[in-house]
Amino acid sequence: MSADIVFAGVVNGLMAGGVYVLVAVGLTLIYGVLHIINFAHGSLLMLAMYAVYFLFRKPLGLDPYAALPLVTAGAFAFAYLLYRGVIGRFAHGKDENILLITLGLSIVADNAALFFFTGDTQTIDVSYAGRFLQLGPALIPLPKLVSFLASLLICALLGLWMAFTDTGKAIRAVAKERQGARLVGIDVENIFAIAYGIGIACLGAAACLLMPFFYVSPSSGHAFVLIAFTTVVLGGMGSFAGALIGGLLIGIVESLGGLRFGEQLGQIAIPLVFILVLLLRPTGLFGGR
Amino acid sequence: MLEISGLRAGYGAVEILRGVDLRVDAGEIVALLGSNGVGKSTLNNNVSGLYVPFAGRIVFQGRDISGATPRSIVESGLIQVPEGRRVFPNLSVRENLELGSYRRGRARRAANLARVTDIFPRLKERFTQKAGTLSGGEQQMLAIGRAMMAEPTLLILDEPSLGLSPLLVETMFALIQKLNVDGLAILLVEQNVVQSLAIAHRAYVLENGVVAMSGPAQDLAADPGLRRSYLGL
Repeated sequence: MSADIVFAGVVNGLMAGGVYVLVAVGLTLIYGVLHIINFAHGSLLMLAMYAVYFLFRKPLGLDPYAALPLVTAGAFAFAYLLYRGVIGRFAHGKDENILLITLGLSIVADNAALFFFTGDTQTIDVSYAGRFLQLGPALIPLPKLVSFLASLLICALLGLWMAFTDTGKAIRAVAKERQGARLVGIDVENIFAIAYGIGIACLGAAACLLMPFFYVSPSSGHAFVLIAFTTVVLGGMGSFAGALIGGLLIGIVESLGGLRFGEQLGQIAIPLVFILVLLLRPTGLFGGR
Repeated sequence: MLEISGLRAGYGAVEILRGVDLRVDAGEIVALLGSNGVGKSTLNNNVSGLYVPFAGRIVFQGRDISGATPRSIVESGLIQVPEGRRVFPNLSVRENLELGSYRRGRARRAANLARVTDIFPRLKERFTQKAGTLSGGEQQMLAIGRAMMAEPTLLILDEPSLGLSPLLVETMFALIQKLNVDGLAILLVEQNVVQSLAIAHRAYVLENGVVAMSGPAQDLAADPGLRRSYLGL
């Protein structure tokens, strides 16, 4: 492969990695606080993508980028209520129950989507979909550049919010010391719901950034969850920085894998990374014990 | 200030406290003594709202708080420093202290932060360090400092001397006495009978889930039975 092609591959991988970061940050945040893998992650992403799709269609005709604040806030509210009304209520304080409930939710959501929206893939047509930016030998589709920049910006804002607000500090406190949190008057159940809400709000934002260049079908969330899961394992479970670096790395790996082995076979690079991480550094790049 | 009557509590079907009466008045240090497993922490956890009592009343400043949420109990100024410190290991010392005023005392956070670091200069030195990297004694200081951030009217200290060196235990008890002289009511839950009785006004001895002995601290310190069972004299 020539240096130019590799450069273009790395740039395109980075661009794709932005959204992976966003999806993985949501997953890792929920894992860090609730100590469970959110099996509903892919299905909720899929639902958010359908939301973007239907908002774009007549009669609303809302541009996906314009819809971002609305879909993100909507995803937060939906997930907050989902946690308070279903997940937290039926978990009875047991983490393994949460695992099963989110798995159940994903099955329900996937099949409801299949029933109501059919299995057809849907896309939206935005005027800027075909615009490109030239960066040296690399051609970057404009929507991918937007998704990359916006994803990183959202992650940075979330990171600052987690570092400097009381609620952000409370989320981090609850992640490691629930009893201590209760004793300073933190409403732990509420923090769980907020953390779940934020994790899913990341998916809402990701859906808006994805739809200009991706399709939605009832199963379209799964591809991202596999990638997000690999990202989280690569970066270190529960680590913010890990999700960031991991997501970008996975994007590059996927892109270069595609270049070397072709679009289909190139996908093998991702599970390969997954296996290598588990073999060589099971805690991930930034993971503690 | 705190009045517990006929408290029955435990975990699941197991009853650990079998009718406990206990009172803390304003300005007092009250020691709750007893060996491991007699139900001292069970009492704390029920007073702080982590568990709901089976029966009995816990009245704090005229309000029945039995079965209230930990959040509303913190709001009313009853703050517990739990056994094992329970500081937030992944947060800095500063953030730990700030979260102490998460529910109460938020408006005067900066002033209280200055006050707490005056009491514990060591915490100031460790301000940006993660709490998990502190020594046991420093973590105990942090746990007490965090509680002070909430401007408690009654402070419950659960085994503050546990795991500290003898020298640090001295310092800790001196500090508890100082907080009390400044006007804070304290319920001191301890296995360390001698030193607790030395600084307490009154004391209760818990045995098998009931109060076996109670009275002014000096009287208890002179009691032959107590001296035999707890001091080996």
